[in-house]
Amino acid sequence: MIPYGLALLLVALSGIPGLFLQKGGGRIAAILQGLGALAGLTASLHLLCGGRPWTLSLPATPLGSAGLLHFDAIAAFFLIPVLLVPACGSLFGVGYWRDRDENASRLHLLYGLLTAFLALLVAASHAFTFLLGWEGMAMAAFFLVITEDRNPETRRAGWIYLVSTHTGTLCLLGAFALVSAATGSFAFSAFPAGLAGTGRLTAAFVLFLLGFGFKMGAFPLHFWLPPAHAAAPSHVSAFMSGVLIKMGVLGLVRFLAWVPDPPLWWGGVLVILGALSGILGVAFALGQHSLKRLLAYHSIENIGIILLGIGIGSIGKSTGHLEIMVLGYGGGLLHVLNHSLFKGLLFLAAGSVVHATGTQNLEELGGLARSMPRTSAGFLTGAWAICGLPPLNGFISEWLIYLAAFRGLILTRSPWPILTLTALAIIGALALACFCKAFGIVFLGEPRSEHATHAHESPRTMLVPMGILGGACILIGLFSFLGLPGLDRLVADLAGQQVLPGIGELAHLPALSVLAIPLLGLACLLWRWARAMPSARQVPTWDCGYAAATPRMQYTASSLADGLVSGMRIVLLPKVRWRRILAIFPSPRRFHSHLPDPVLDRVASPGLDLLSRFLILFRILQRGYLAVYLLYVMLTLIFLLVWMVV
Amino acid sequence: MFCDFLLALAFLTNFSLAVSGRINKVIQMAVFQGVLLGLMPIAMGLGRHFHILLMALAAIVVKGWLIPFLFRRAFKEAKIQREVDPYISYPASLILCALGTGLSLLMAQHLPLPPDTPHPLLLPASMATLFTGCLLLVSRKKAITQVVGYLVLENGIYLFGLLLVEEMPLLVETGILLDLFVGIFIMGIVIHHISAAFDSMDTHNLSKLKD
Repeated sequence: MIPYGLALLLVALSGIPGLFLQKGGGRIAAILQGLGALAGLTASLHLLCGGRPWTLSLPATPLGSAGLLHFDAIAAFFLIPVLLVPACGSLFGVGYWRDRDENASRLHLLYGLLTAFLALLVAASHAFTFLLGWEGMAMAAFFLVITEDRNPETRRAGWIYLVSTHTGTLCLLGAFALVSAATGSFAFSAFPAGLAGTGRLTAAFVLFLLGFGFKMGAFPLHFWLPPAHAAAPSHVSAFMSGVLIKMGVLGLVRFLAWVPDPPLWWGGVLVILGALSGILGVAFALGQHSLKRLLAYHSIENIGIILLGIGIGSIGKSTGHLEIMVLGYGGGLLHVLNHSLFKGLLFLAAGSVVHATGTQNLEELGGLARSMPRTSAGFLTGAWAICGLPPLNGFISEWLIYLAAFRGLILTRSPWPILTLTALAIIGALALACFCKAFGIVFLGEPRSEHATHAHESPRTMLVPMGILGGACILIGLFSFLGLPGLDRLVADLAGQQVLPGIGELAHLPALSVLAIPLLGLACLLWRWARAMPSARQVPTWDCGYAAATPRMQYTASSLADGLVSGMRIVLLPKVRWRRILAIFPSPRRFHSHLPDPVLDRVASPGLDLLSRFLILFRILQRGYLAVYLLYVMLTLIFLLVWMVV
Repeated sequence: MFCDFLLALAFLTNFSLAVSGRINKVIQMAVFQGVLLGLMPIAMGLGRHFHILLMALAAIVVKGWLIPFLFRRAFKEAKIQREVDPYISYPASLILCALGTGLSLLMAQHLPLPPDTPHPLLLPASMATLFTGCLLLVSRKKAITQVVGYLVLENGIYLFGLLLVEEMPLLVETGILLDLFVGIFIMGIVIHHISAAFDSMDTHNLSKLKD
């Protein structure tokens, strides 16, 4: 309890000194965040390795009890990314967002506050504490997104985020009201007993799914995510994409833990949502021209993978096959941690690229592997992990989900495991294609613009956090079996049952490590052997007979992905403008391609425009006369009095 | 007995406020009502509580002397015309005021208050005064008549407070009185600025400020 409290205090206060200092605020914030992360990780690891959970009643206020905190395995598990990623992010921020940059002290303050709200949220076990953390998170994140608030695009992204997060909160308020009406309490501990066998479960499930779906960015509710992630500073994007959207998963997991016997169709809904988010997320990522937008769509994809895992787990619970449940839940939850690590790493690497070149437009980058070798190594590690390739951590969690789906295929007669397997396979292949594009266009080849030509490696404060996150990815990938007791305990908490089959035996994780470590050693040996070879001659590659090859003759980001994007054009509906070249000596031609977001650009924006055109009718109420406003007050007062009497 | 007499006078002043066309007279009536209600605690036989006596005295001083003084100053600075200038006609005001009084008499019986109160007219009088204050606020164009509206509104609140006077701490009443004083003080400044900026005191001009 004390390390957790200490962590909360340290991260909450981390931005305060920066308000009073001319410079050095970022450094102090990073140090405090780092100390907070150490304290919090101690608490988490202690609990996951067998410590006892604790409960704390917050002091009562004039408005009633402020709620409860309950630090169980789920809280401890989610606390790891919640503290680790911002600690790395704020260290990265020291070099990336200097103290003299726009709104720097505000950024430091809110970065710390957001971390604190998230840490509060993971341990919340009372609707009040939960919603407090939830709203605090939403507001702090809004102000972080609009850090560069002089840019109109940024402000627009901020508004979209604010509207969608509050729509989600509205659903949550409704859901909590429903649940507490059914159970007669706002404390989470009373929910499982009260929720068993009530007729309101379906409504609560739908409302919670909507509320948490907005935060997760699950498919049709994802539209706030790409603009917000592209507009925010990179270490904020890393934080939001790695950690903040996972709070939706946390909520969903908490809800599932309250329900002892979820209907089978819940799992089906989760699997469908997961498949939709996963496949469409990665498909839209393929067509993006902006590096951070591409990564943002990959967050949607990974949320899809997490939902697939949790959905399969829930199906296992409904059908009574414990090993499916254990593998599905275990895989989904482990992917939460894994995604926060490698997505954090990828966004930090993208930030490093933006810092060095001043642009996130893929068409203007290229050849950065030579000028920024460490950043490119970091990006490659993250890309390797996110594609689910062995031996990194992404592979482990996807492996668990695959195993769960295969077992589901054998043991149950429902169609969902087949859908899961198909979706996972498509996602894996497309993700690989997409990161071939991202890494190839940004880091390989020749620089495509002046920006990329003059790139330089980032300072050490930006490289070390990438190293930490990348190291964590490798560590989990190679030594996954070490975390097994913690994962087993986590799944037991989620399932509400203590005696469960162990994930380690089901998924052969020790064997995987035994297999991976020698192979990696072999790869290292091969690499050293290759480096020890006499150095190769530097000659130009064959240029097809062109007299003067220029960087413009390289594949562009659009052309590399064109095969896949135009193959899926029935779904993606890309907007392409160009004219066919027919003459032998053609005049200059332009090519323009753009991939509008299906929900934001085709549904949400026009819909909101329509809504605001309707709401403008209410402007007649605003007369500009004080007397009229007072009249409104008076009429309301009289109405209330009469209503009370009658 | 004396108490009921004062309350009846308060009802009558309400009507008089609704139909007065001269600003001078409206202010006089409001001040008169304020002093009248300042006497109420004594009439109710609450003179044995020292702090209530003190409050009554403070109310009389503020409403009977300090506020008229502020009004006179605002007058002098802003060169105000003497008409009240209402949005609706005086007969309409009178009818609305009567309706409000009737409504308060009707509603006072249904409100969840202690049933054995010794002054059955106190609650309806307070609500009727509140209602008249609102009416003045809503239906008059000039800023200074709106201030009078606030003053009357506060008279209603004060009267309502007398219902609970023995339970209500001194601090609350002092707060209300201070509120009123500061409110009118600020309104005086606002009036001055409106008349300086627009060369008139008509709040109509402020509607240009809406977006």
